Amino acid sequence: MAAPASASKPGLWGWINKRLPVEQFTRSQLLEYYAPKNFNFWYFFGSLALLVLVMQLATGIFLTMFYKPGEATAFDSVEFIMREVNYGWLLRYLHTTGASAFFVVVYLHMYRALMYGSYKTPRELLWLFGMLIYLVLMAEAFLGYVLPWGNMSFWAATVIINLFSTIPVIGPAVVEWIRGDYGIADSTLNRFFALHVVAVPLILLLLVALHLVALRQVGSNNPDGVEIKERKGADGKPLDGIPFHPYYTVKDIVGVGVFLTLFSVVVFFVPTLGKLFMEEANFEPANPLSTPDPITPSWYFTPYYAMLRAVPNQRLGALLLLLGVLAYFFLPWLDRSPVKSVRYRGWIFKSFLTVFTISFLALMYLGLQEVSIGRTIAARIFSVGYFSFFILMPWYSRWDPVKPVPQRVKYHG
Amino acid sequence: MTDAAAMTEDNVSDPGRRKFLTAATSATAAVGVVFAATPFVESWVPSERAKALGVPISLPIDKLDPGQMLIVTWRKQPIYVIKRTPEMVANLAANDSHLKDPKSQDSEQPAYAQNEMRSRRPDIAVLIGICTHLGCLPKQFFDTGDPAIGTDWPGGFRCPCHGSRFDMAGRVFEGSPASANLRIPPYNFPDAATLRIGDDGATSGAA
Repeated sequence: MAAPASASKPGLWGWINKRLPVEQFTRSQLLEYYAPKNFNFWYFFGSLALLVLVMQLATGIFLTMFYKPGEATAFDSVEFIMREVNYGWLLRYLHTTGASAFFVVVYLHMYRALMYGSYKTPRELLWLFGMLIYLVLMAEAFLGYVLPWGNMSFWAATVIINLFSTIPVIGPAVVEWIRGDYGIADSTLNRFFALHVVAVPLILLLLVALHLVALRQVGSNNPDGVEIKERKGADGKPLDGIPFHPYYTVKDIVGVGVFLTLFSVVVFFVPTLGKLFMEEANFEPANPLSTPDPITPSWYFTPYYAMLRAVPNQRLGALLLLLGVLAYFFLPWLDRSPVKSVRYRGWIFKSFLTVFTISFLALMYLGLQEVSIGRTIAARIFSVGYFSFFILMPWYSRWDPVKPVPQRVKYHG
Repeated sequence: MTDAAAMTEDNVSDPGRRKFLTAATSATAAVGVVFAATPFVESWVPSERAKALGVPISLPIDKLDPGQMLIVTWRKQPIYVIKRTPEMVANLAANDSHLKDPKSQDSEQPAYAQNEMRSRRPDIAVLIGICTHLGCLPKQFFDTGDPAIGTDWPGGFRCPCHGSRFDMAGRVFEGSPASANLRIPPYNFPDAATLRIGDDGATSGAA
């Protein structure tokens, strides 16, 4: 399209737009950015993830003003925030609940992509940036979990850092390098603070920017998996597209309203959500001589944790955990189906997606429980279910009896 | 664009020379990046203070009763010092067939502790109390047949994190996620009533 006329307009608006493409940007990204008109509620979670990111940055910056990193001061400063800082308890609960909420929306956002094939051509890079965000988010959550220096912080740091000891040959040296001492120590806490509040958020913001640019380049997928850019009207606009603003900004605001209602219920009434969002063992200071019994990671790590425990070999267990996380990266190339959306896939894909869903949730549950022989066997079975979704995909996605995909998007009840 | 492309193709008097200079400059820059990264990477290794706090420690062991365990820290690691009863020592050999590494061939310990007892003295066991799986503290379950574990339990340790089990010599049982026996630090007995953790004795004694 031609350069907007705004740059030649008189007055301040024209002066600004001649130097900064404000109007051009607004038009191309909001007013004249056409998104498929058939988005359902699964399409709330991208914008909700962005909202949670902003909330985490805001609450995080303010927590940094009161928190004191260091073996001797960290735990006390968190108690200071909880008891003495005005609304400190609220800032902290917003941040801890925000961490879990981040994973809730990101998991639902990822599941949406699995259902509607949003990782398939031409959205491979969009998917890879998303998966990198997921990886970095896990690192950020882990680093933040260590900062209150409760006993669960200490032992989570011990276990996670020791995963690196399974690297052949250099493993033990790497672990010592990460800790900066012969055990988890003051040095570890201080560098984790620097990473959590500066380095990793910067990387996260960069990746989110790349994710959004890639999304704008290829356009959103939709529940029908139809490329709306392939059917344009006489005016050159996609027949099945509607401008992002006002249609989807308004729709997203409704999603934000529902989300914030649920979020507030947790923050104000059940900030620990059982033991899921905050664990009792973390209300005691770090104690290198007492491992909490039982020790469980945060709920968003437990599917992979269950896989780790299911393997009676340290190195192979860590490898399985790594593969469990990395498997998603290969999806665009594992899926050989001509169809994107689950709506037009056959019973084989639907069965495997069901097995995957059940396995993921079952592993999440098992990772929160204590070890027993029965649960270990169950974790092995569900690990097989989880990985079969990925490993067998090149075959079953090809054999799957798919239905014809419509040329235009449809509305379903 | 086309002008710039034409320039590199045609107007450069010596393309080979330009190629060499570009490669040489890039290589020099890469070396510079490695050197510049050194202080950042090295800053993460244990500081001089952390190293100084990691010197050997001595402790009296004559007050330990048989069956008692003392936990001390050395280099931020819990060190389990166990005074084993003669029965505990006698029962060790029976575990061999249930262990992953009964002879401690794939485990970390000083040479003088690579034996059936995994110790210098049969009665005193010195172990690093860190699960070789992922670093939790194995808890003591010294009673044989402890109901928390099972009637055939021969006594030893179980990790609360991932359920690894070890015998009274810190050797790992089959079916545990851990693959190696508990590690053993360097130690010696300057006299019968004293344990010194962190040095092998023989070499430092000669010095």
